[in-house]
Amino acid sequence: MRPLLYLNDVVTLAFDASKCTGCRMCLAVCPREVFRLSFGKIEVASRDACIECGACRRNCPSGALTVRAGVGCASGMINKMLGRKKACCVVGDDGYPSCQ
Amino acid sequence: MHYSVDPGLYATGNARPESPVFVTANYKMTFDLLRRALAGIDGWILVLDTLGINVWCAAGKGTFGTDELVERIESSCLADVVSDRRLIVPQLGAPGVAAHEVRRRSGFQVVYGPVRADDVPAFLKNGLKATGRMRRKDFRFTERLALVPREVVPAVKWAILAAAALYVLSFFVSGFSASKAADWTLLAAVSLGISILAGAALTPIMLPWLPGKAFSTKGFSLGLLFAVFASLLNYVFHHPGIAAALAQLVSIPTLAAYLAMNFTGSSTFTSLSGVRKEMRFALPLEIGGMTVGLALWIAAVVMGG
Repeated sequence: MRPLLYLNDVVTLAFDASKCTGCRMCLAVCPREVFRLSFGKIEVASRDACIECGACRRNCPSGALTVRAGVGCASGMINKMLGRKKACCVVGDDGYPSCQ
Repeated sequence: MHYSVDPGLYATGNARPESPVFVTANYKMTFDLLRRALAGIDGWILVLDTLGINVWCAAGKGTFGTDELVERIESSCLADVVSDRRLIVPQLGAPGVAAHEVRRRSGFQVVYGPVRADDVPAFLKNGLKATGRMRRKDFRFTERLALVPREVVPAVKWAILAAAALYVLSFFVSGFSASKAADWTLLAAVSLGISILAGAALTPIMLPWLPGKAFSTKGFSLGLLFAVFASLLNYVFHHPGIAAALAQLVSIPTLAAYLAMNFTGSSTFTSLSGVRKEMRFALPLEIGGMTVGLALWIAAVVMGG
């Protein structure tokens, strides 16, 4: 089955090919097959599949990948707005909601 | 939080110095899943202190992270116990763990294993190589189905409270008639029930096949379909008046949209930026729709007497 995709053209993922050393770590850690290898070079193949988990940025030794990582959870954000810390998501100390 | 395992180094099977090391979280369910997957395999399990939270969520928070891993390697004297300098870390731990930093600080090389513990034996047989399928986090029908009670139960609790409040309200507005208040509350309770069915139960299950990309749009579409039927049937057979039919027509889709939006956190393919964008357009409409629905319902009670 084709993968489920969320909104178009909204994620903060950015790839600076000039910094990429081709270590392929991003290919290993991305759970959404956002990257692909093309003639030995990494490229962003499916940007809208990105869920901004931050795994690629964290594991990119050359700083070629940037993304504002977080969890896409509406109830967590609503709880944060209401100043509560419960339901499926709780707001972490970093200000981003994360599930529990 | 409630079901945790003590952090530290565990052995499984007949673990020897050259056996592989698997890193996991100290959430008991996660630990047990890994142990079950490792049945018949000799190895070591290094349990990190993630405050009893699963790997993915803990990695997002940073508790399943580089610092904790490096400290746990030291405190468990892992380097003295095993001869291999490789650690198999679940792929979903990668948002918290920087493999290159772990190597620099501890000398251990992080090898990212499959997303699911079930795939670990195949991953080992494959020479610590994960296939594309092992690397993907999907969101299958059965996974969505299993999440439905978690969406429906809290929604029903809220709906019961709301129905109780609406009963009190309609009792006053209808001129202190308990039977009329019960009738009007029944109408509202049916609408709440239909919204929950559409937004919290059926939208998660039918997610790939509903129109739109935003969860609110999906919930709204299904809610609207239900609302048209419900308000028409009600209008024709029950004669509650045009205001009551309109109240249903407006409130069911918007409440269903709100409930569907709340499923974003349980799904596995939404992003923070995307949910922010969705909430910016959907939340005002949802709150507005529910307010208009409530106003129409009060008007119906007043007019219906």
